[in-house]
Amino acid sequence: MKGNRGSNFHKKTDTFFRYLTASCGIMILVIMAGIFTGLVVNSRLSIERFGVGFVLSSAWNPVTQDFGAASSIYGTLVSTGIAMIVAVPLSIAIALFLAEIASPAVSRIIGPAIELLAAVPSIIYGMWGLFVFVPIMANCIQPVLQKYLGFVPLFHGPPMGIGMLTSGLILAFMIIPFISSVTRDVFDMVPAVIKESAYGMGATTWEVSRHVIIPYGFKGILGACFLGLARAMGETMAVTFVIGNDHTISPSLFAAANSIASTLANEFTEASEPIYLSALVELGLALLVMTFVVQVFAELWLWMVNNRGEKGI
Amino acid sequence: MKLRSLKMRKFFDLAIKMAAGFSAGLGIVVLCWILISILSHGFKAINWSFFTNLPAPPGVAGGGLANAIAGTFLITVAATLMGVPVGLMAGTYLSEFDSDASKLVLLIRFFSNVLMGIPSIIVGLFVYTILVRPAGHFSGYAGAVSLAIIMLPVVARTTEDMLAMVPDSLKEAALALGAPRWKVTFHIVFRAAKSGLVTGSLLAVARVSGETAPLMFTALNNPYWVFSLNRPTPNLTVTIFNYAMSPYPDWQQQAWGASLLITVGVLLLSVLGRLVIRERKS
Repeated sequence: MKGNRGSNFHKKTDTFFRYLTASCGIMILVIMAGIFTGLVVNSRLSIERFGVGFVLSSAWNPVTQDFGAASSIYGTLVSTGIAMIVAVPLSIAIALFLAEIASPAVSRIIGPAIELLAAVPSIIYGMWGLFVFVPIMANCIQPVLQKYLGFVPLFHGPPMGIGMLTSGLILAFMIIPFISSVTRDVFDMVPAVIKESAYGMGATTWEVSRHVIIPYGFKGILGACFLGLARAMGETMAVTFVIGNDHTISPSLFAAANSIASTLANEFTEASEPIYLSALVELGLALLVMTFVVQVFAELWLWMVNNRGEKGI
Repeated sequence: MKLRSLKMRKFFDLAIKMAAGFSAGLGIVVLCWILISILSHGFKAINWSFFTNLPAPPGVAGGGLANAIAGTFLITVAATLMGVPVGLMAGTYLSEFDSDASKLVLLIRFFSNVLMGIPSIIVGLFVYTILVRPAGHFSGYAGAVSLAIIMLPVVARTTEDMLAMVPDSLKEAALALGAPRWKVTFHIVFRAAKSGLVTGSLLAVARVSGETAPLMFTALNNPYWVFSLNRPTPNLTVTIFNYAMSPYPDWQQQAWGASLLITVGVLLLSVLGRLVIRERKS
């Protein structure tokens, strides 16, 4: 009898335990939904007033209360684009170096050191960027680019150090450790037999990488790049310090610009009128939608790749 | 595949190897460069008054960031108290009730990955809309909530991974003895995975303690001592932002000092966490 009561009690506590853990898990879904709802509700004023034109208009005038997201979205896309162009090849090269070229003893030291770069808070990248990297851009890199490539409109304008190019490079430094560590894991998963048979045929390290390792891990690398992309798009502090914060769309990469995140960081606490605040929240909503789409796509992609891989083996 | 002379192939191979080595070297150089600039600038700002005094107006000597250090500590502790238990429970659900293979488990796992990739500034904006705006004022609690939201999916996913490493035979042995599920989880599985869980939480704390963007819209900042988290709360990261953007050299100096403190703290936490994880895996 007593034992029965005990097992009933245990059944109840187990059900309670199950619901408790489940509700904590569901909390994640609630937060995700809440973020969308919160931003939509709070940007209603701006959505009603500016409509679809908000995304296309490059106006940003708190005095006349005319707002548009075009320059911020443009800045986010361009700075992220620069970051990806720089970071992806470098990350793949680093991953190849760690997985294939360097001796295990060397990669055991360099691997974690590069991963440490990912742990450095973004505001530190911002500080370092503004006080150390910007002067170098202004004095060395930008004048040289202008001297040899000055005929391209991308490199017009005074070399101030800040601007789109600098932000893109700092973003690249930030996402390199992230992409390269995921890529390295992908490379490490390539079965040794496949690599060894290629080496056995007399292929060089590069040929094995180019024709065996990279094609084998291609889908994984793509997933890693998308995750890096989502990260770069939402990065705030590092960009805010060095992008210059100017609401004009300029063809030059040297010109001061802005991104969605930097606009929010700079102007949110200053926004006093409801419509100004609402427009800023709508900017945030645009950023949320952009990163959400990329992130969902990346997760689905990796999930598909992993599941197919399991079935294949 | 085109056939090329052996010499060309070997030369090309060497060139690629060197380029790859150069890229890895670049990564190391950037890391060292950042650390060295933080150390060399930061140490000049660190002195006794930095840790004990309140911020001083620009031009006045002897200012410190004691209130911001205390504020960052309080906000992080509050965030940890909220984020870690909920994250542990959520991770437990993902790992221990996975056998259902229910759609809910898959959905939660998927969206915790997505939530991890949502920019922290968006989380700050969200907390502003649900806590700061209705309350009518910025508060340390709102800051802690936003950091807890950032921690939650990180803790949940690492917990799941760590619990999954506990051998099934251990759980089955306990269940076979008649132990209820929750006892098995807390007394057997959690104990076996203890160091992993601690590490996962440490890494999550390391991740949020350097966050700035979500705090700007929630905790804001404050140049005075903090007596209640229900008011705008001073913190190191927003202070770094404000001071670094100011035109005053002595404030910029303080910003370097605060950067040094944050960097050392975050890197120590994450190195510690990684060491423990590596020990477990090997």
